[in-house]
Amino acid sequence: MALNPAVRLPPFQHLLDAHAVDLHRFCVAQAGPDHGADCFQEAVIAALRAYPSLQDDRNLRGWLFTIAHHKVLDHHRATGRRPVPIGDGPDRPTGGVAPVDDDLWRAVNRLPGKQRGAIALRYLGDLPYAEIGVALGCSEAAARQNVRAGLAGLRQEVTR
Amino acid sequence: MTTHPIETQLRAGVPTDPTAALNAVLARAEAEGLVDVAYATTDSPIGPLLVAATDAGLVRLAFDAEDDARVLEELAARIAPRVIESPARLDQVRRQLDEYFEGCRDRFDVALDWRLSAGFRKTVLETLHAQVAFGHTVSYLELATMVGNAKASRAVGTAMATNPIPIVVPCHRVLRTGGHLGGYGGGLPAKIKLLELESTGHTLF
Repeated sequence: MALNPAVRLPPFQHLLDAHAVDLHRFCVAQAGPDHGADCFQEAVIAALRAYPSLQDDRNLRGWLFTIAHHKVLDHHRATGRRPVPIGDGPDRPTGGVAPVDDDLWRAVNRLPGKQRGAIALRYLGDLPYAEIGVALGCSEAAARQNVRAGLAGLRQEVTR
Repeated sequence: MTTHPIETQLRAGVPTDPTAALNAVLARAEAEGLVDVAYATTDSPIGPLLVAATDAGLVRLAFDAEDDARVLEELAARIAPRVIESPARLDQVRRQLDEYFEGCRDRFDVALDWRLSAGFRKTVLETLHAQVAFGHTVSYLELATMVGNAKASRAVGTAMATNPIPIVVPCHRVLRTGGHLGGYGGGLPAKIKLLELESTGHTLF
């Protein structure tokens, strides 16, 4: 039961119906099909655990994507720490770059972390800059700047 | 080289199908006790039905006319917001409903969660469930007498109208004195069909 009586949380299924497809794509685009599915699962389970005591029923989409963003960050941190196997050719993604099946999103995943998150939250999460800022832990202006810088970096890559 | 702006290409993202991932989430959520209310829909000769269960048992059965979205919101508000479509938990009751509508089941053998009823209404519904068997009917007055308050037939009517688990808790077996049908949450045609089904022991439709 919600602690704040003014909060009327919708059935969790509504969140899944409205956001699960985009949330899953968000994870897969940044972490690849297998790890993306893991991130998605961890995010939804974490959301389920937190849901009954949520104190704010506004911006539930932003709330879900913030959780998923952190799961993707955890994943990238974990793979970034993993030693790169010897013999990795220069073409192979190394470190935190996920085996994503899309050239453009592979390029996104080579961007600095905050720009990657900002691009994914903006174009797959479809979130307003204020909520991107919340997810990234920065200001709305900084979120805007990260999206702009990320786009500029991508344009350089694709026109190169 | 495509002419779409980069933003459009980003939005197109990578093609994904979340079905398998969602099924994995659902299995894990059930295993870890994160589903407070599981629900499923099932078809029947009286239209689509929604069935919902907590870990204690069947808590709600709703007719199509009640509007699924409203029913689910009510469950989220009155029980807990982790209301999720999780058909596996409803397999047993759905099978028994099928058997009932096929005319080869005369009682439901599923655990019930009575938490959506309270006080006198709950007493009335429990008595009805325990004592008015398949193929039998009672009047509001008779049911009031059975719970020890012959003057409460109006309150018995209210209890029937707010029955959260119709069909399984058989409020369709309660008629007005003199054999008038009285009302029914699923509509009078549904009440008639249920009574016909029970009077012959096999379906007429």
